[in-house]
Parts: sequence; structure tokens; C-alpha cells
Amino acid sequence: MAMKILNALVTGLAQGSMIALVALGYTMVYGILKLINFAHSEVFMMGAFIGFFAITALGGKEAPFLAGVGGTLAAMAFAGLLGMLVERIAYAPLRTRGKGKANTRITPLVTALGMSVLLQNLAQLLFTAQYRGYPQLLPIEDTRKVIFISAFSVMVALQLLVHRTWMGKAMRALSVNIEAARLMGIRTSRVISITFITGSVLAALGAVLYCLDQSQVYPTMGVVIGTRAFVAAVIGGIGNIPGAMLGGLLIGIIGEMTKLTAYSGLQDVLVFTALIAVLLVKPTGLLGKASIEKV
Amino acid sequence: MLGRRGWVMTIVALGASALGLAACSTQKDTPQKDAAGKDPSVPAVVEPWKVGAYLSLSGAETQFGAETKEGIELAVDAVNKKGGVKGRPVKVFYEDDKSNPQETNNKVLQLITRDKVVALLGEVASSRSTIGGIVANKHKVPMITSSATAPEVTQIGPFVFRVCFTDDTQGQMGAEFVVKTMGKKRIGILYASDDVYSSGLAAQFRDAAKKLGGEVVVEKSFIKTETNFTTYINEIRDAKPELVYAPIYYNAMVPIARQAKAAGMPGSTFVGGDGWDAETLLQDAGEEMEGAYFTNHYAPDVPWPNAQLFLKAYKERFKRDPSSLSSLGYDSAQLLFDAMGRAKGDTPEAIRDAIAETKSFAGATGTISIDPNRNADKSIVIVQIKNKKFTYFATVNDKAAAKP
Repeated sequence: MAMKILNALVTGLAQGSMIALVALGYTMVYGILKLINFAHSEVFMMGAFIGFFAITALGGKEAPFLAGVGGTLAAMAFAGLLGMLVERIAYAPLRTRGKGKANTRITPLVTALGMSVLLQNLAQLLFTAQYRGYPQLLPIEDTRKVIFISAFSVMVALQLLVHRTWMGKAMRALSVNIEAARLMGIRTSRVISITFITGSVLAALGAVLYCLDQSQVYPTMGVVIGTRAFVAAVIGGIGNIPGAMLGGLLIGIIGEMTKLTAYSGLQDVLVFTALIAVLLVKPTGLLGKASIEKV
Repeated sequence: MLGRRGWVMTIVALGASALGLAACSTQKDTPQKDAAGKDPSVPAVVEPWKVGAYLSLSGAETQFGAETKEGIELAVDAVNKKGGVKGRPVKVFYEDDKSNPQETNNKVLQLITRDKVVALLGEVASSRSTIGGIVANKHKVPMITSSATAPEVTQIGPFVFRVCFTDDTQGQMGAEFVVKTMGKKRIGILYASDDVYSSGLAAQFRDAAKKLGGEVVVEKSFIKTETNFTTYINEIRDAKPELVYAPIYYNAMVPIARQAKAAGMPGSTFVGGDGWDAETLLQDAGEEMEGAYFTNHYAPDVPWPNAQLFLKAYKERFKRDPSSLSSLGYDSAQLLFDAMGRAKGDTPEAIRDAIAETKSFAGATGTISIDPNRNADKSIVIVQIKNKKFTYFATVNDKAAAKP
């Protein structure tokens, strides 16, 4: 029994760190813009598609190392670009034009939903609804190690970026007050773009690892992991980077633990019950502090 | 950098190109429908038989609809080459229900009231067959669904028939194969709890296996969007079942097979249902699934003469192996034409009676008799995955009479 729990815990940690990679994108954008970027899950999906095409083009199983690394980098670059485009095309105009009007919180939110639907349908049009499997570049046990290590190092790097660099300082300034940050000479639109790029790049990394390990690629795949990642961000305290990691790990572990019981079909019920329970006790999420530093 | 106007123009351009793409895809569908609808071989003097077919030719389940249509087309060509039914050629009106329930209702109504068809073929999915079946039954037009396996579909009323087996029979036959043919008593079950097909099959299998003397040592259910199966597989492996029944769609089976192999469970420990029947499974997990069995309607190398005739005709025309859906579409049309030939009159009611009386019809998917509940009484094929190919293994059915 103890062995079983330990095994599930290890699987849960790997699963959770992948969810956390996606959750970071939600939480960073929310921290700065107070916007829930629903299109994030679609950037994740697009990243998975580009990763698939790049890995196949680079030789797949014949050259696992080159294809793996090259494919991941291609997916990350593309997703970063896509994330920035989504922000520039859909959100930025609303922000500048809607300034001072009453519905500034709702319009970007609905636009984000619209972007999500648009990207999903675009993928269906371009790539069809067919399920495609990644070639197996690594044995599954090794993929999981790679997931855990890369997720962990990314989180450390992100923490350093936010707390040790000028860009990070600018991000934190924006999260406190965009207008004040602009007055201090921060180029806000550039900082926002970089935030979107960072989040999207991490999502693409998560997407490629996710598909190498367990999933197939298809246009609605973003919804599955996107919902969980969003819940993870909220449980951890949306806007808070270590919170997203904690939330992701928690959800991964809860998920794996339910699978050991007879109620495995109720996994999502338990995940959302955990969310409600956390929010009832601590409305700002586990690590969220009301109106203190949010990035 | 683009200015604000520049961005507006970009969005407009993007939107326009998206619209253009959408327009292209709809345009592509229309000529197809026309080409299929108008049969050039129809002589002008003889009034052709009007048969309606409603299928998912676009939308989420395009592939299923398109494959079924190929089968129907083959059957129509075959019957018209032989001079039609009772000397009159057959003309099929194809309608695309866009994989959408609302659209299904409209299209079936159109076929019945506008085109005045004498019989209907379709749909692929149980959900849309139910909708079409209700309309057809109300207007007293016989309908044959090729691949709707949910038991409820034919319970709609006396005008709804099917040429495939039901989920109930499939689950029971799966149990019969595992317990009787393979002689395995310690069985595991893995299924998707929020999927009617998967959980239905699992329930039928469980009951039947217990009755036959098998013991279900472990049972795990997951939600159908699940992708990480390691914990489930570890649980199942530790219970040491001899075989695991996994009535799951092929898209979930790919990650299961890969992760099971990593956990030390070979593909040959799995037995599945007709949801596995897809090329994708062979492409993405062919090696991992080596030796696995599943219950199906059909196998490319099944040793029945009619199946081989169909296979040859299909390969000649479409240059690849047919799927189960194509062969079922072919059989649904063939069975209908056979009944039309036997019917005492040309009315939908007379055709309905003839379909209901069908006994030992020799189709591509086996010998089909229509039972009093309007379901197909036919054999089930066991397919084995061998060298990344679906190969015929055996035929199971408790009714010896239906064997080919």
C-alpha cells in the first residue's frame, strides 16, 4: 500500500509540474492585467501542433535528441509569437480605447473567450479534427524525469526573472499600478508583451512534454489541461507565481490519489471540491495576499 | 510598427481570409453532393427509386460519414449495374447533417417531405440516428442505420432497423470470447465512466463474464479526457488479471497502450471493442498493441466470400482497405435494395414489412437476419492486432444458425 501511494505521488508530481507550467501563464497575465486569458489554453494547443510538425520534420524517432530539442524550441518560439500577437491584436486595442469606460473588465474577458474559440476553430480548419500521436522519443519513465526537472528549473528561472532583474521589477510595478508604472518611465506595452511571451513559451514547453508523455494532439486538447491549469492558478492564489506551482502540484497529486480509490471517475469533482474548500477558507487562494505584490 | 489603423486592417484581413476559407470548404461540399445525387446512368423514361441518406459529411465526425457514404455508393453502383431493383434504377439523395442534431432533424424531414424518399439510410452515430429515427417513424418511412450500436435506437418504433450489432451483444460476446474461447477466469476491466459506449459495454461484459464463471479481480474507470493512465495501470497490474477488457475509443487506447508497455503490461493482455477500429491506433501504438484482440463488425481478411467481393470492389474504386463503417454502409444499402426487391408493393410500408422479414441476408459483414426487435442478428468477428495490422482471428455467436 505504501509503495502504491509513493508511486502515485511520483506520477502526481510529474503531472502536477506540467499543469503548473501552463498555470504560470494564466497567473502572470492576471497578475499584471487582471485579465483571465482564456486563449492561453489554445496557445498551448497550437504549441503542441507546431511541436508535432517540427519533431516529424526533424526526423522523429531516427534522431530523437535533435527532434526533441529542435521541436520543443520551435514550438516555444511559435507560441511566444502567437501569444504576443493575441495580446497585440485582441487585448491591447481594447485596453487603450476602453480606458476610463465602465466595462473595461468585461470586454477583454469576452474577447479572450472569443480568441479561444477563434484559435480552436482555426486549428480545426488547418489541421482537421484528427487525433495525432507524437513519435516516442524517450521511454515514458525518462520523459517524466525530463518533465519534472525542466518544470522545476523553469520555475526557479522565472522566480529569478521576476525578483532579480529590471524586467521583473517592471512587471511587479505594473501589477501594482499600470498608470503609475508608465509615469515612472516603464514601457508598459513592452512589459505586457514580454509577459505574454513568457507565459506562452512556458505553455508550449508544457505542451510538447505533455504530448511526448501521454496525450495526442487535436484541436480541443487545450480545454482538458487548460481547465486544470486555471483551477491550479486560482487555488494557489491567482497572480502569485509560487502559488501557481503549488496549485499545479496539488491538483496533480489529488488527481493521482483519487485514481487509487474506487471513485476515479469522480476525479474532476474532487479537484473542484478542493478548489471550493480552499476558496471558502482563504478567498485569495493558498498563497495569494490581498493587494500585495502580484505578478 | 503598425499604427492603430494598421492593426484594424490586419484584423479585417484575417477575418476576411477566415471567411474565405470557410466559404471554400462549403463550396467543396456542394458539388460533391450534386455529383453523387445525380446518377448519369439513370434513363429518363423509368422513374427511379428515391432513397434518402443522411450522414455526417462535415463537422466533427466527417470521417465516419464519408466512409459510410463510400460503402453506400458502392452498393448503389452494384445494384444499378445489375439493372436496378424491379427494373427501376436506384437514386440516393445524400444530405449532410453537419454532425449536428438540429440539422439532422431538418435534413431527415426534407428528405421525407420534399424529396418523397421511400426509405432512409443513416446515421453513423447513435445520437443522431435516434433523432432521425423518431422523424422517420412518425412519417412511416423505413430507416436502416448502418452503425448506431446503442440499444435504444431501434426501440423507437416499427420503422427503425439496424445492420450492426448492439452494444449489449458486443459486451456479452466479448465476455464469451474471454471466458469461453480464451479460457481466462481472472479478468480486469478498464473503461471511461462518463462515456455511454464505454461504460455500457463494460457493464454488459461484467454481468456476462460473471455468469460464465469469470472473476473480475480489478475494475478501474477514468474520465474520457484523461491522458495519464500510469496509476490505473499500476493498480491493474498489481491485481494480476489474466486479461483486461478495455472497451475504449482508439484515441484513449493509444496512450494506455504506451503507458501499459512502460509499466510491463504487454498489449496482448488487452481485449477491446469496435471503438478500436481505426488506422490511427495501428500507426501510433501498433507495436505496443501487438497481440491484442477486439470484437468488431468486420476484418479486412475475414474469410467470407461476400466480404472478399466487397473488399475487391472497394479497393478497385478507392485504392485502400475499407473500414468497418464502409462495409456497414454497404450492407445497409444492399439489405435495403434486397428488401425493396422482395416487397409486395412500392410503398414505404411494404418495404418496411420486407425489411422486417429479412432472413439470412449474405452481407459483407456476415449473414444478417432481422430479429423481431428490428436488430441485426449476426456474427461478431474477433480481430487480432498482428504485425501492425488488423487480422481476422475468429467468429463468435451463440446462435449457430447465423454463422456463415
